Amino acid sequence: MKRCNNLVDAGRRQFLQGGAMATAGVAAAVMVPTQAKAATAKARVEYPSNRLGNISDLVENEPFDVSYPDEDAPGVLLKLGAAVQGGAGPASDIVGFTTVCPHKGYPLNYSDSDRSFSCPGHYSRFDPEAGGQQIHGQATSNLPQYILRIDAKGDIYAEGIDELLYGRLSNTL
Amino acid sequence: MAYKRQTDRLPIPPADAKVQTVSCHYCIVGCGYKAYSWPATKQGGTAASENAFGIDLGKQQDANADGWFAPSMYNMVKQDGKDRHLVIKPDVNCVVNSGLGSIRGGRMAENQYSTARGTQLQRLTDPLVWRYGTWQPTGWDDALDLVARVTAQVITDKGEDELVVSMFDHGGSAGGYENTWGTGKLYFDSMKIKNVRIHNRPAYNSEVHATRDMGVGELNNAYEDAELADTLVAVGCNPLETQSNYFLNHWIPNLRGTSLDKKKKMIPGEEHAPAKIIFIDPRRTVSVAAAEAEAGKENVLHLALNSGTDLLLLNAIFTYIADKGWVDSEFIANSTIKKAVARPALYPARGVADSNPGHLTNFKAAVEGCRVSVEEAAKITGLAAADIVKAAEWIAKPKAGGKRRRVMTGYEKGIIWGNDNYRTNGALVNISLATGNVGRLGGGCVRLGGHQEGYVRPSDAHVGRPATYVDQLLMSGKGGVHHIWACDHYKTTLNASKFKRIHKQRADKVKDAIDAAAGGTRDELVSAIVSAIREGGLFVVNMDIKHSQIGQNAHVILPGAQAGEMHLTSMNGERRMRITEKYMDPPGSSRPDCLIAAGIAQNMERVLREMGKDNYADQFKGYDWKTEEDAFEDGYRKNAGGGEFVTYDRLRAMGTNGFQEPATGLKGETIIGTSRLYTDGVFSSENGKAKFIDAPWRGLQAKGKQQQKDRYPFLINNGRTNLAWQNMFLDEDNEFVMDRAPYPAIEMHPDDMAKLGVKAGDLVEVYNNVGATQAMAYPTPSAKKGETFMQFGHPKGAHGNVVNAGVNELILPNYKQTWASIRKLADAPATVKHLTFKSKEYMA
Repeated sequence: MKRCNNLVDAGRRQFLQGGAMATAGVAAAVMVPTQAKAATAKARVEYPSNRLGNISDLVENEPFDVSYPDEDAPGVLLKLGAAVQGGAGPASDIVGFTTVCPHKGYPLNYSDSDRSFSCPGHYSRFDPEAGGQQIHGQATSNLPQYILRIDAKGDIYAEGIDELLYGRLSNTL
Repeated sequence: MAYKRQTDRLPIPPADAKVQTVSCHYCIVGCGYKAYSWPATKQGGTAASENAFGIDLGKQQDANADGWFAPSMYNMVKQDGKDRHLVIKPDVNCVVNSGLGSIRGGRMAENQYSTARGTQLQRLTDPLVWRYGTWQPTGWDDALDLVARVTAQVITDKGEDELVVSMFDHGGSAGGYENTWGTGKLYFDSMKIKNVRIHNRPAYNSEVHATRDMGVGELNNAYEDAELADTLVAVGCNPLETQSNYFLNHWIPNLRGTSLDKKKKMIPGEEHAPAKIIFIDPRRTVSVAAAEAEAGKENVLHLALNSGTDLLLLNAIFTYIADKGWVDSEFIANSTIKKAVARPALYPARGVADSNPGHLTNFKAAVEGCRVSVEEAAKITGLAAADIVKAAEWIAKPKAGGKRRRVMTGYEKGIIWGNDNYRTNGALVNISLATGNVGRLGGGCVRLGGHQEGYVRPSDAHVGRPATYVDQLLMSGKGGVHHIWACDHYKTTLNASKFKRIHKQRADKVKDAIDAAAGGTRDELVSAIVSAIREGGLFVVNMDIKHSQIGQNAHVILPGAQAGEMHLTSMNGERRMRITEKYMDPPGSSRPDCLIAAGIAQNMERVLREMGKDNYADQFKGYDWKTEEDAFEDGYRKNAGGGEFVTYDRLRAMGTNGFQEPATGLKGETIIGTSRLYTDGVFSSENGKAKFIDAPWRGLQAKGKQQQKDRYPFLINNGRTNLAWQNMFLDEDNEFVMDRAPYPAIEMHPDDMAKLGVKAGDLVEVYNNVGATQAMAYPTPSAKKGETFMQFGHPKGAHGNVVNAGVNELILPNYKQTWASIRKLADAPATVKHLTFKSKEYMA
């Protein structure tokens, strides 16, 4: 692991050296028009770390309404009672999902009888016990799931989403 | 974990992005899409003025928004050799889909070849020739020369019947008017190839001879009719999964009642209500569940009949309707033949001849021939007599004021690949004709379709009827050269266990001969191949977009381009013709199939001339096409009905809505089409009159079916699923699909699974007297005990391995009536541990 990091560092140094040389070249060419400076931007969106609730708010198999990463993005937290994919908390059984269907943006229903989400628009179904996998339907993504962190007090924070939300070309607006 | 792309944002198409027309190439529906492309280093912004949609993308978009696309709708592809961003997004202005995208079409962009993003790198880039014990890339001239030399040698030695051809006959994915013409001209004009078959059946024939013989072309209505009908009848079809946006955008509004205003406006003077729907299918499908959720169970009648008994049920409904007098007497008098035709000698067991396995006659004689009581039908179909009566009432009992019910009937592989295809197809058309439901608003008796259509070829009359059973011919050692165009019989033919074994043995003889001739001259190579053919070998040329399973037996592989990599025209299930414009380069040196066919023809001409056969060589003239548009001009424009009105420029201008074939004229540069066929009551027969069929029930018609049923405990029903397109030729390289369907699922009742000691996700072997295959158990409480359903065409388990060789008189395969045993092979593998096995049915 350490050696890999050293290689990364070496690569970075070479990159910086190359950059420095290019700068020198520009400085030498006196009459060249001023170069626009590239804006720095990160490759990923910055997700907020938002407190969505506390473990004590959750009742098994009852969706708890939240929104993330902002008010225009409704979702739910769910305590499922057994460890599941992407589950957080002491029992790895707490998950969070958007409730906007990734097909055409209809609000999903939750069925507690088989613990699934269903879309009344075009009948797509998703399984919160299987990472939001589409059971059946017309969406071309599985259901976006929250990356959750639960602190010592039992506060539940969302800190990211694993798939693009419906209706936005950037998960943070 | 379920597959996630970890996408958190996507590039925005800039305001000046190039916008082109796309009609989805995956299924018959042909949903309209727009392709947006722009240079790799450019991007648009969220302000309305900064993006191609003219919408403020800085805000959360509402449901059904035009200003959003899914990660699967994005890719980076080459255009004229340069990397370009590509977005293929459903078109809200297309009347077919109104902005809806299905799980298949919504992945068109992601399922294109991208070197930058590593998608579909399985695509072929260069011709491959079997050399030195493997497939070696080579140039087109080298590959085509070898194809032409071997083919020419064999057909000049032993005749054109030695060349066996498997080729698509459709539009959309593979095919299209350009490519059916290119291949058709080669095999039906330059040559008269008789031993030819289609991608999904072992002969060159219609799936629906009966309806055509009765004078009713099978794509006779408009999608809008599903919004206007009083009753929808779905026979052997599952439209939510296999014609998704036709069902969602045209059937569902009628079941919900949201098309009522349209009904009142378009059809004044009669009462209207939300539609009722009848499903005739042994299996409860997600389409049934969705219909129940929308229309209420009281308006949905699912006739879950015993597998293969459709004919009896349809005859009982026909009889009941006729006896009640709920028929359209005026239509019958004006538009159908008046005189009864004498019954053939071997009636009821046989028709006039194998070429005509039914008995076509007038209404009265057909009723008497088909006559069966509701009670008798109930016994054999396993249905309640009251439900059969209810179906007859929903179809034909007049509305208030004596107005006739408008009934749209859609059917597909459940009866096409089902028992006694000809008679069953005809029996269904009987009902539509008797009730006057062809050629009227809210009517139609239509094949729902798989691929889009795109057929224009020289006459195939020389093929004959019944056509050659090509698989049997190949298995009996006949034929020396096999040209295969976008067909993978390994995954999609019947009796596949045996077919694969023999095809491989024969192809291996030629491979061994090629290996032994390594280092020799071209003449020595050709001689070695021809000698191997004389000894029972088969020289296989495979035209495909990827190295397919049957391609493992090929000696020359020629890489094709697909829709979007070429301009390609097709028509959908309501005959709506559109162009898919070329929005990206084909991979490497791959070419449109029409130009591959032209290349073969030109090489045949050259080689035959070298052989001193000038007259024969002359037959291969006329292929000096530079582009697919040249093939379109030569083919569709000159040969299709109304083709003279249709040009690429006009189609481009008409976008995703195109026009409905046949074209009848022009208004300026706008093509005038035809919304519905037969609105004038004149049908496709010698005298314009439609015919009825006298088609009595004769049990399981195809050879060996009844014995298989008696011997094995499980029905192995089979068909397509929502997630995957056709035999998954592209989807098997798409992680979203393979994550969900790593193996073909076999839906089984949980009690059956328990008896066999099988758990969810376990791999099972399905085996019977003709072969074996494997699948993954998917517990399905709604399944009938003893009746399973297996996904068709999956690369990890071909259901065709256990389908016997039985066909009808016209060589239509009977995939659906298959019985087998099931045993556990292995515990659920790691690749299925994360899968959900919950019910696919919508829950309100």
